Amino acid sequence: MLVEQTFTDANFDTEVLKSDLPVLVDAWASWCGPCLMLAPIIEELAKELEGKVKVGKMNVDENPETPSKFGIMSIPTVILFKEGKEVGRQVGFGGKEVYLKLLEEVKI
Amino acid sequence: MYDLIIIGLGPAGLTAGIYASRYRLKNLIIGKELGGTITLAHAVENYPGFESVSGVEWSQKTLEQTKKLGSEIVYGLVEKIERLDVGYKVILRDGQKQEARSVIIATGSERRKLNVPGETEYLGRGISYCTTCDIPFYKEKTVAMIGGGDAAVSGAIHGAEFADKVYIIYRKDKLRAEPIWTEEALQNKKIEVIYNTNVIKILGTEEIKDTDEKSKIDQNQDKVGGVELDKPYNGSNILPVDGVFIEIGAVPGTSLAQNLGVALDEVNYILVGEDMSTNLPGVFGAGDLTDNSKNFAQMIGACAQGAIAAASAYKYLKGEKAPRILGA
Repeated sequence: MLVEQTFTDANFDTEVLKSDLPVLVDAWASWCGPCLMLAPIIEELAKELEGKVKVGKMNVDENPETPSKFGIMSIPTVILFKEGKEVGRQVGFGGKEVYLKLLEEVKI
Repeated sequence: MYDLIIIGLGPAGLTAGIYASRYRLKNLIIGKELGGTITLAHAVENYPGFESVSGVEWSQKTLEQTKKLGSEIVYGLVEKIERLDVGYKVILRDGQKQEARSVIIATGSERRKLNVPGETEYLGRGISYCTTCDIPFYKEKTVAMIGGGDAAVSGAIHGAEFADKVYIIYRKDKLRAEPIWTEEALQNKKIEVIYNTNVIKILGTEEIKDTDEKSKIDQNQDKVGGVELDKPYNGSNILPVDGVFIEIGAVPGTSLAQNLGVALDEVNYILVGEDMSTNLPGVFGAGDLTDNSKNFAQMIGACAQGAIAAASAYKYLKGEKAPRILGA
């Protein structure tokens, strides 16, 4: 079973904005090469951070509303949410260390 | 200790792995991202054996081949390479350390920036360095493609499938992409080329729209609204666009090599010999960051350099006992 979650326009409010745990959201699409390269890293992060941070992916092609609401015009974009608010963002492929740094910066 | 550590998981590094494994060198490939620059290509149509293949698919297939032959793979960022009495120590950002008797540096290149005001501020909000990734966000919109090489011109053609209008803005008077791409772009009615012109500033929508609409724009959430040109086009220096794609080439990713003491040329490419050797014993370069690739950074060239570098590493490690693999 996959540890990483799947976020959609329909569940974004409950699963991300109202989540008790901080949430790392990977906005991606199948046509984006760097997004596909990021997938195994997101999977690793989901396993390593289980119980501490919720990690998941959102397909921007199938879920256009949320990306537009958060001004996502470039993918991959990874956003960190804490208590319903955006607290960190990485635009473009960053490598695992960069995503861990997003967490460190807000002391997660 | 490994016989060989290859740094970089792009075409050069993966091919070096294939050759190294077939020479029975115990080898490890370390890279932050599979594929690297080639994953930005939505279609590679000049690699023999593949009429058309995406950079991602090619990388995945080649990774499988490399692994099957015996290369070990580690995903991570290399922070430093240190010279030892015998061989080299490779230190990763996460603290992991690996040692090898020889090293191939194949860390490719990074995208060249325009270095104009607004470029960093609007990254991800209208500024993009990956046409394939982001052009679908600009359905029925107007975009500018900056550059005149293969990436810019093929990007404009791909862009015209989504956007209503694509401007190619190029500083010279003639596009320098492969003629097959240039011909197609010039025939495309949605594509307009602005020659001999530079973008000097990226403008937000608040700088483009009239005063009435300005009050509605949240400045922190503002996005690209246009570009300022260094000379008028159709009577104005301001060209309204919804997105700007920067495709002006790359700079070699040679900081690791430089810190180790590898000799670079005046624009920071690794100086390599015909056998891909550098000035340091047992250290080889391959791919987009060598001075061999400076004027022709192509996947096929990167693969060839990776193959030669692995053969040279083999020869270096086995000394006199090496078979005549390089004709020497």
